[in-house]
Amino acid sequence: MNKWVLKGLKTGIKTTLYPDKEETSPGISPGLPQGKQTMGDEAQVVSRCPTQALNHIKDMISVDYRRCIHCFRCLRGIHNPVDWDKGYEWAVSIKEIDDASRMLGKAFDHSLHIRFVDGGACGACISEIEQINKPYYNIHRLGFFITPTPREADVLLVAGPVTDHMRLPIEKAYDAMPAPKRVIAIGTCAISGGIFGPSFASEGGISNLIPADIVVPGCPPPPLSIIHGLLLVVSRKPSASLTSPKSTEGERPHD
Amino acid sequence: MEEPLNKTVKLINLPETIASRWHSKVRVSLYPEKFICLIECNTDVLVEVCNWLFSELRYRFASLVVEDQPEKWLLRYIFYGALERGQVHILCQLSKTEKIVPSISNVIHAADWHEREAEDLFGLAFEEHPRLGDFILHEEWPEGVNPMRTEFDSLKPYVHREVDPEWKPVRIVQTPGAFMMPIGPVYSDFAESAHFLLETVGEDVIRTIPRLFYKYRGVEKIAERKSVEHVILLAERFSGTSAFAHSLAFCQAVEDIAGVEVPERAKSLRILMAELERFRHHIAAIAGICSSTAMAVPTSQASILEEELLRLSCALTGHRYLFGLNIPGGLSIDFDNDILKNLAATINDVLQKLSELKEMLCFSSSFLDRLEEVGTISREQAVSYGLVGPIARASNMIRDLRKVLPYSGYEKVDFIVPCEQEGDGYARLRVLFSEAEQSAQIINQVAFSLPSGPVVSPVFPIVHGSSLGWVEAPRGAAFHWVRLGEDGKVARYRLTTPSFTNWHGFHLAAEDFAFQDFPIIMATFGLSNAECYR
Ligand code: SF4
Repeated sequence: MNKWVLKGLKTGIKTTLYPDKEETSPGISPGLPQGKQTMGDEAQVVSRCPTQALNHIKDMISVDYRRCIHCFRCLRGIHNPVDWDKGYEWAVSIKEIDDASRMLGKAFDHSLHIRFVDGGACGACISEIEQINKPYYNIHRLGFFITPTPREADVLLVAGPVTDHMRLPIEKAYDAMPAPKRVIAIGTCAISGGIFGPSFASEGGISNLIPADIVVPGCPPPPLSIIHGLLLVVSRKPSASLTSPKSTEGERPHD
Repeated sequence: MEEPLNKTVKLINLPETIASRWHSKVRVSLYPEKFICLIECNTDVLVEVCNWLFSELRYRFASLVVEDQPEKWLLRYIFYGALERGQVHILCQLSKTEKIVPSISNVIHAADWHEREAEDLFGLAFEEHPRLGDFILHEEWPEGVNPMRTEFDSLKPYVHREVDPEWKPVRIVQTPGAFMMPIGPVYSDFAESAHFLLETVGEDVIRTIPRLFYKYRGVEKIAERKSVEHVILLAERFSGTSAFAHSLAFCQAVEDIAGVEVPERAKSLRILMAELERFRHHIAAIAGICSSTAMAVPTSQASILEEELLRLSCALTGHRYLFGLNIPGGLSIDFDNDILKNLAATINDVLQKLSELKEMLCFSSSFLDRLEEVGTISREQAVSYGLVGPIARASNMIRDLRKVLPYSGYEKVDFIVPCEQEGDGYARLRVLFSEAEQSAQIINQVAFSLPSGPVVSPVFPIVHGSSLGWVEAPRGAAFHWVRLGEDGKVARYRLTTPSFTNWHGFHLAAEDFAFQDFPIIMATFGLSNAECYR
């Protein structure tokens, strides 16, 4: 058995320093499109987006992150591509918590238990969520733990467009969680149904079933974005914006 | 081991043989340039012809495509053979008033789930099928409503049926003390949704009944009446961990319909990306197997390599799971040749570390004890269920689409298809390791012999027609049947995936085992539920 211990030691520490330090390794995030000033090409750019994530608002092209599925069509094969940002702090808090019984107190800051439920995810979101528990990201160091039972969970991570067949199991899992509890929608599918829904088979996002507190956009959101979402639950990081530019947030056509 | 080839059986000889056997009962046409033989027949000889293809000529069943057309039902049974035997499509037409089709499952067990699916989603009845009923649609789905029928509106939610609270699954094991243990649909740390009923008498599980399709998103239905540009996003996103393979299969189908020739450089780059995806997938699967046996260090080691490959993919293509690369007619971006040579070098480094891991694992007796003779599938079973991919190859059944129906220029690539004899968990692990080695080897080959030129064909006409695209996805053979209507929109999209095929055979591996082996059997199968449920 010793050989494994030695092998582990020899590998050294791989884990990211985020959130204490910014992570800058290449390939950690696919990035997200950024809104921009229109240049007379808005109709063409906006019509390329398959999920209506791009909108022409005033003199801006605005990106609604709840709908973007990283198809790169506003970046590739186009004359005036939108800018692309390689960041990863994308999680947004979409609910003000004013009810004291729903607040996660200080005690949760470094002891948060997380249960994941698959509401019809394609596998990429699941794989990215798995990564947060693996050496490069290792959420244990932050006091976050994955638990196999909803009865011990403070936070429910939901990925996928929430299929009709998963409606009851998700409701049951949510009901089984002790209060106070939080729900994070992971990925564009869980936020808006993404490319799949709503349809006869999917709810079109978790909010149509149970209230989500935080959304993490992306198709899939990379591990660091998911960690950002967890840090946001316990207020260790500030929230990002649902749109780019932020100024167009109040004027989203899909609300 | 491939079955001994009867040299006289070649695709081009088929029409003659068929004509002498069935005379005027069937109409045969040969498309030599596509390597397809089309047999049109009535349902009365269907079972006979299928049986002959399967038992005598050793064609394997690939898929059943049902199309609900205004005046008729179109049923297409797709078979594929060993080298030089191409594909055989059997086409049956049924008038709309008929709803009863003879079942071929009794002679070709691999068709079992296809017929059950068609019964559930189209409302067709398969005569003499041993088991029809709720399959993809669960108990809340109303009787007599079939979502794949043309008149069904995919945007409307359906009215749920009241579920009988008294309902209990049928138990087969009746010894004293026997009980049924449910697992799922929400279980384990990161498991995909699925439900299992384990019939057990305590420690020993006698049989496993999987209940699947919790993640049925109706991908085939929601693709209908959408543009090709839209459906490729679905092809890519219904199974994110094999996105490149599936988007490639879809692209190949529409490229064939449009008669578009993909530039040579794009073909080579597609091979390179497909192998990068396979390499990453297999390493992730290896990590899963290590984790199922609670081997912490090897799990971490494999996971490190997996994340490094994800980062590499992203740095190279912009996306960690290779989304947005395939477009009809080629690829959306080109790469610098030197960068690809560097990629090959990095892949070699990863392979080096992977080999060290393999070496250590293969000498860890406590690890091997957990895998050997666990979840065994015999070659006969694999053939009968038509299993595909690494799972089939671990049971000594090789049929790799990259070899038997080469696409995208695989015929020019030099590689071997690894196989093992035992069909147990350890054999499956070894196949994964060997295939990963082959993938790395292919990446090296391709990166140093890239043709120059464009990466996308300049025009892509909007046409109508139908075609089959196929790939050897990381988990095995995938077939995408696409029909484009008069308006150039998708009229029918049929997805046959390796996880669907292999989940069918999963219960064979999950019989008579100790309970603690369940996660290990699951991990050595390494199936994707998203890919299966669609
Ligand atoms: S990358 Fe996002 S915003 Fe851009 S076109 Fe695609 S979905 Fe729309």
